[in-house]
Amino acid sequence: MTRYLIRRLLIAVPSLLGISLVLYVILALAPGDPFSALASNPSIPPAVAEALRRKFGLDDPIMLRYWHWLIAMLHGDWGYSFDSRVDVDVLIMQRLPTTLYIIGSSQILALLVALPVGIYAALRPYSLFDQIASTFAFIGFSLPTFFTGLVLILIFSIQLHWLPFVYRTNITATGWAGVWAHIAQAIMPVLVLGLFQGGSWTRFVRASVLDVVHLDYVTTARSKGLAERTVVGRHIVRTALIPVVTVVALQLPFVFGGAIVTEQIFRVPGIGSLLISAILANDTPVIMAITFVFACLVILFNLIADILYGWLDPRISYR
Amino acid sequence: MAGSTHASVTADGIAAVTAAPSVRPVTPGFEAWRRFRRHRLAVAGAVVLALMVLTVAIGPTIWRVPINAIDFSAQVAGPSLAHPLGTDSLGQDLLARMLYGGRISIAVGLVAMAVAVIFGTLIGAVAGVAPGPVDAGLMWLTDLFLSLPQLPFLLLIIYLFRHSLTAIVGEQLGIFILICIVIGGFQWMPVARLVRAQILSLREKEFVEAARALGASTSRQVVRHILPNALGPVIVAGTIYVAQAIIAESTLDFLGLGFPPDVPTWGRILYDGQNYLDIAPHWALFSGGAIFVTVLAINFVGDGLRDALDPRKVI
Repeated sequence: MTRYLIRRLLIAVPSLLGISLVLYVILALAPGDPFSALASNPSIPPAVAEALRRKFGLDDPIMLRYWHWLIAMLHGDWGYSFDSRVDVDVLIMQRLPTTLYIIGSSQILALLVALPVGIYAALRPYSLFDQIASTFAFIGFSLPTFFTGLVLILIFSIQLHWLPFVYRTNITATGWAGVWAHIAQAIMPVLVLGLFQGGSWTRFVRASVLDVVHLDYVTTARSKGLAERTVVGRHIVRTALIPVVTVVALQLPFVFGGAIVTEQIFRVPGIGSLLISAILANDTPVIMAITFVFACLVILFNLIADILYGWLDPRISYR
Repeated sequence: MAGSTHASVTADGIAAVTAAPSVRPVTPGFEAWRRFRRHRLAVAGAVVLALMVLTVAIGPTIWRVPINAIDFSAQVAGPSLAHPLGTDSLGQDLLARMLYGGRISIAVGLVAMAVAVIFGTLIGAVAGVAPGPVDAGLMWLTDLFLSLPQLPFLLLIIYLFRHSLTAIVGEQLGIFILICIVIGGFQWMPVARLVRAQILSLREKEFVEAARALGASTSRQVVRHILPNALGPVIVAGTIYVAQAIIAESTLDFLGLGFPPDVPTWGRILYDGQNYLDIAPHWALFSGGAIFVTVLAINFVGDGLRDALDPRKVI
């Protein structure tokens, strides 16, 4: 198991390197550089700008520059935000927990919706419940997150006045009121993301369970006289979940996209809204770092999916 | 040839003679249409989609209100006879703006889909016929692109390249080209895998072997004999891509990073309308609803096509 983990971690390294290379090449191909602003500034003589370029190695060949950048990233030197005047890693570490909290809760909500609904619908295919669930799942993943978010704000904040639509970090209320304030402001962002994911996962769970229910080993389990809940829980679901795990991991890049939009709508102070404000403020180091963090998170969750595979499917050996 | 397969030819001949007068020949297209019709929601989606496309295509010739006519006497007004979908904060007619935005959204969806399908087919075909190392390299690239977080990369690329491209071909066209290429450039991976898988499994089949024996070149085998067999799944994937591209483009506009502010795309109208949710909900609801209905209709059509074009599925 440990050896498998180490090997899997080693396989993840080339992917990370590949992503960082893609990121760096995009940036290097882009016109202009951090000193283009200096070139148009009349109070700085061209010689000074040239000296600065040489000092920061902007005239080096691209592979050398990539190498320096990579070494600096590995040392934890992620650059300095032009806009907020703090180190980028400090800024990201401030924002990352909120994003992970919102994304994590919404994924749990999505699973809590998708698993029971998908399994129940697949066990009674083409019943009324199945048709209603399938239609709603279809609508759920066709709804763009920005539209759902606005509709929820319209209903729960503007019409009913139940929930706040601006996410605040400086909640002063204590005790139960404080706890409720924290939960209330997270409900709508989590709902938006969770229902979108829940919709598409319900379809996958249903299809996956439907593939399994007619297999011979399920009939065997039934004919042994096992209780229906054992057959469903231990025999059907466990097998059906294997492809679902892949889908969950593969869809993560989309989840981050949804998270950026959701954070922007509800003004959640996570790294998604940080990315948007950094882009609007031309804050290149922050943009680079956040994109890279998102890529790392995708790879991390692919890794977790691989490990879950081994647990769900004994046919995959840990060698 | 007739001599070597004597028995089967006669058998087929009898069957053809007896069947010909009563049964019309069933073409693949007709068969697909018959199966597509069974999926009621898909048919409904196709009708809605056709109406949408027709409306945005000929709508502006009938509803001749200019998209930027400012009317301060009717600011953020609700739907009325003069303005069927209401007006925005400058008193501009929302119906005219939505018709214009719909053209952009649907055009972006179609062009981005074409980019993704062409690029994916190309990569998949090359990977399928190329020797081992090239194949492995291309598939590694495909997997790499699959694990890239798409929206951050979309935002990054558009942020970096929009000024240089808009300087060359003009602001509106430049951003249109950029958005289509970038969105398509992040969608080609499933098609590439699909095409490669088809090539790997079909190139050992007898009909391709026959073509090879007749001296067909590799490219002719792929283009004439293998790719038509991959058409069904690619069409389904392409349909879904249109919906995804429309969502992606609206998302960019909604984040304020897509088309320039004076171009009224659906996402941009929604972005402007979100600050007036309390006094003018129609503004955001109509534009968001248009995106939702279009995407839902396309997805239903895709679902219907999946049923219709999969020969293994029995309906």
